[in-house]
Amino acid sequence: MQIIYILWLRQIKRYFRSRARIIGSLGQPLLLLLALGFGFGPIYEKAGGGNYIQFLAPGIISMGILFTAVFSGIEIIWDKQFGFLKETLVAPVSRLKIMIGRTLGGGTVAVIQGIIIFIISLIVGFRPMNFYLLLLSFVFMALIALFFTALGTAIASVLEDMQGFQLIMNFLLMPLFFLSGALFPLQGLPKAITAVASINPLSYGVDGLRGTLVNGAHFGLLTDFFVLSVITIVMLIIGSFLFSKIEI
Amino acid sequence: MNIMIKVENLTKKFNDFIAVDNISFSVNKGEIFAFLGPNGAGKTTTIRMLTTLLKPTSGQVLINNSDPVKEENSVRRSFGIVFQDPSLDDELTAQENMEFHGVLYDVPKDIRRKRIEELLKFVELWDRKNDLVKNFSGGMKRRLEVARGLVHHPKILFLDEPTLGLDPQTRSHIWNYIKNLNKEERMTVFFTTHYMEEADKVAQKIAIIDHGKIIVKGTPEELKQQTKTTSLEEAFLAFTGKTIREEEIKPIERMRIRRRIFRH
Repeated sequence: MQIIYILWLRQIKRYFRSRARIIGSLGQPLLLLLALGFGFGPIYEKAGGGNYIQFLAPGIISMGILFTAVFSGIEIIWDKQFGFLKETLVAPVSRLKIMIGRTLGGGTVAVIQGIIIFIISLIVGFRPMNFYLLLLSFVFMALIALFFTALGTAIASVLEDMQGFQLIMNFLLMPLFFLSGALFPLQGLPKAITAVASINPLSYGVDGLRGTLVNGAHFGLLTDFFVLSVITIVMLIIGSFLFSKIEI
Repeated sequence: MNIMIKVENLTKKFNDFIAVDNISFSVNKGEIFAFLGPNGAGKTTTIRMLTTLLKPTSGQVLINNSDPVKEENSVRRSFGIVFQDPSLDDELTAQENMEFHGVLYDVPKDIRRKRIEELLKFVELWDRKNDLVKNFSGGMKRRLEVARGLVHHPKILFLDEPTLGLDPQTRSHIWNYIKNLNKEERMTVFFTTHYMEEADKVAQKIAIIDHGKIIVKGTPEELKQQTKTTSLEEAFLAFTGKTIREEEIKPIERMRIRRRIFRH
């Protein structure tokens, strides 16, 4: 336990010490929230969708969590050769514990990032509907965070350097985000996009968050929770397996 | 006399490239053993296999009577290591780095605190214990790494070019401490270096490796006698030739270079 705790603590300390990175990583979500939120707001309302900021905010929160989580997983690539990973891998500690500690740490950081974006969206004018469901939304934030940290860990375990980084960014993260229903409702879309969205893990995260924050879940909260929990466990297992195979 | 490191017919292949080619040697308890060789000779690859980071293609290794492939944790408990590349966490303080290490090796809290203080004082970083490592100079980082490798009082200390880039003062300071531990606690030391006079001074036994093969083993004196030379450097050159080795640049090296550009 102590080992998992100290690995977790390290991630948290690193996060709070890099203020520039925190602020930097808030830029994009803030921009999207303002530009899209206010830009498309009037059209969305005219089309009968209601307040677009209300719709958009859960999507942007998910995005913040997605990016922070995947990156903290991918950080292992750096750590592999120069950082702490080498130091931790020669210590008499099981790889599983290392993976769990790191993932919990990365996941916690991603949730904190999500909460900061949530607070920013409150300033912009977002209003959650129900206090009790708001508490439940943290569960969804945590699930999104854990799933994507584990995914980042899995990717980092097989990649040797950062060459593939652009590839991951453009062919994984961006599509995950844009095709998740974070920006638009999933009703009445072309079949292909609906199909892609329904196999996109982030869709269920966005949906769960939207369901708990402003109601109106597309898949239903229970489905969201179930799907996310299952794939998170599967991803943790895959991540741990690939992580245990790291040779440096 | 008991053997702390025993290597038999150890081989490591990366695809077609044979990095370590059927080497055998052993290091006795309490010995200071220098593993010398030109760049790309297979030194670091060997250390990685001895320290459980890499699985051998074939051959046998015993570290303190345990097999690094099958009994990883018992091997890991028995050694400390200072890597060739820095492996400190730049975003943590000196003390946090030490503390982290102590927790990973399950050193009880009160002993941990005491040793950390003692070691940090020794490497003269106690005043800087709350500074982030990223503000340290190369020499300070190296000192901290050596100190960290000793927190759990290992039976064997692996040092992969530990004194690279250090000034003579720091070098002699660190070596004195290690020699002292070697004498008092009979800690076995296995190190690589490019400084031949260093190896000559501290090593009781030397093995020279080139192109993945061990060319010669013996005491510094024996090596000099064999080649009829007066210094270990000359003996080394006599054994390995004067050609300058080209090491293929690995992706990770490129990344290291890029990182240097990005950070500070």
